[in-house]
Amino acid sequence: MIQMNPSMRAAGWLLTFAVVVAGAVPWFLWGSSQLIGGLPLWLWWHIGWMIVATAIFAAFTRHGWDRYLGGIDA
Amino acid sequence: MPNPALLSGGLSTAATSVELLVVVGYLLVALLVGLVAYRLTGTDAEDYYLASRSIGTLVLLFTTFATLLSAFTFFAGPNLAYRQGPEWILVMGTMDGILFAILWYLIGYKQWLIGQQHGYVTLPEMLGDRFGSTRLRGLVAGVSLFWLFPYVMLQQMGAGEALVGLTDGAVPYWGGAALITVFMILYVGLAGMRGVAWTDTIQGLFMLGVIWIAVAWVLSAVGGPAVAAAGLDANNPTFLALGSSFYTPQYIISTAVVIAFGVTMFPQINQRFFVAESAAVLKRSFALWPVLVLLLFVPAFLLGTWAAGLGISVPEGANVLPVLLGEYTPGWFAALVIAGAMAAMMSSSDSMLLSGSSYFTRDLYRPFVEPAVTADREGWLARGGVVAFATGTFLTSLTRPGTLIQVGSTAFGGFAQLTLPVMVALYWPNTTRRGMLAGIGGSQLLYLSHVFVPTVPVDIGGTTISLFARTYGGWDVALAGMALGAALTIGVSWVTTAGVDEAAERFAVGAD
Repeated sequence: MIQMNPSMRAAGWLLTFAVVVAGAVPWFLWGSSQLIGGLPLWLWWHIGWMIVATAIFAAFTRHGWDRYLGGIDA
Repeated sequence: MPNPALLSGGLSTAATSVELLVVVGYLLVALLVGLVAYRLTGTDAEDYYLASRSIGTLVLLFTTFATLLSAFTFFAGPNLAYRQGPEWILVMGTMDGILFAILWYLIGYKQWLIGQQHGYVTLPEMLGDRFGSTRLRGLVAGVSLFWLFPYVMLQQMGAGEALVGLTDGAVPYWGGAALITVFMILYVGLAGMRGVAWTDTIQGLFMLGVIWIAVAWVLSAVGGPAVAAAGLDANNPTFLALGSSFYTPQYIISTAVVIAFGVTMFPQINQRFFVAESAAVLKRSFALWPVLVLLLFVPAFLLGTWAAGLGISVPEGANVLPVLLGEYTPGWFAALVIAGAMAAMMSSSDSMLLSGSSYFTRDLYRPFVEPAVTADREGWLARGGVVAFATGTFLTSLTRPGTLIQVGSTAFGGFAQLTLPVMVALYWPNTTRRGMLAGIGGSQLLYLSHVFVPTVPVDIGGTTISLFARTYGGWDVALAGMALGAALTIGVSWVTTAGVDEAAERFAVGAD
């Protein structure tokens, strides 16, 4: 893993979480009613996004969680 | 073995008796699990309320999850999808799956760390101790109990409506509401947190299973999702397009933010932040959250959406889910899903009543009325409080003060007013007692006035603006209350100095 200074790393997580929150609703598909397999495309986007969110959250528990709260002082 | 004829009050149709038997039987099994848990429960408060802080991942995940599984998710959500379209999935996913998970870390994990060091059982206790203020403790407890009232009532309304839908009106609304009230009281009096957590886990897994079976059943009956979508296209052509005049960006963002922040301050959710066995449990629950939310909400709300396309008509005051299942699945299966939903609502309510009773005894009665109360007497007060509270919500539920979604979001908005002052307190050591009192008091006043004061139209520069409306320009007024709460907490803390009995170091943990 690339060496990062702590504030860059924190900013990185902050940005990641902001993107995770903002993208849960596919704003760019506003008004679209395109269907894939009987379900709207925008719903598929959301389903995929939530799975990605779980992966990102899992990564955060390994690499970020203890760094910011409750861990040993770095 | 209960006699179905007796339980159904002499209802004539055999089918209705079978359905009622399934519902009551299921609730009895849930009660039995509670009894087993009760035998394992110690008598001290830490065990009764927090199961001795020994809850593992699966149980913590599901007990928190099942606590979110309420009449709001099972009945109000599909109803909304039925009337307005499936975008509610996005609201719930963003709010429960993403925002709540992040707050789970920022508020929940921080509180867990603090609770580990100082042994707190409730949020008001934690704040009261940190700020050396019984008044603050009482205020937070009082505000919480006030907003808990409509939310417990919501479960009784949901149960009443569910049985009306399931039995085609043979069981009256008040009968269903009364049934769940009785089970709630019995249950919470018997089991404590361990019992509630166990049944939550069973019910969470059960609901996850049956909701997917329900989807498979309905889809195979109608011929697949493409046919269901075609029906929607014919009946409600705007449903499949993302967004509508109802689901505006303002509505989606307001609702997701207000509910997510509100959820963290619900007594029964907040108390769960103290119960995890280890940090690993909290981490795993956090990461699994979005997927779990997806697995439950997508099928539940799609069922509601499809019902609109399939031309299901829902009688006034009933919920779409029982009606849809009654149409496409056998009576016993529909009853099983409704029973599962009711049981989940029961355990949600139990958690609420249990946590509410700890707020009442520890944060109101003990500090303000009788500091030297014995543990025994406190236990009886807690149970008496539960009975009084549940009876009060039951009686109020008979007046049907609004739809499930209205009652639910009003309660969430009230709780959301607490969240930002609490977060400021958790992370900013210069927060003062007066800042907290101003932030919590000010935001509650603003929100309460908008809930209870009738709307007043005023003319400002040629445009008419409705004062005391619940939304301004499509944005929920609860958001304004939250902003005001944060601003007052920070602003007043800034200009006041902390008293000698305020102990900021209580909230300092680990890497801070």
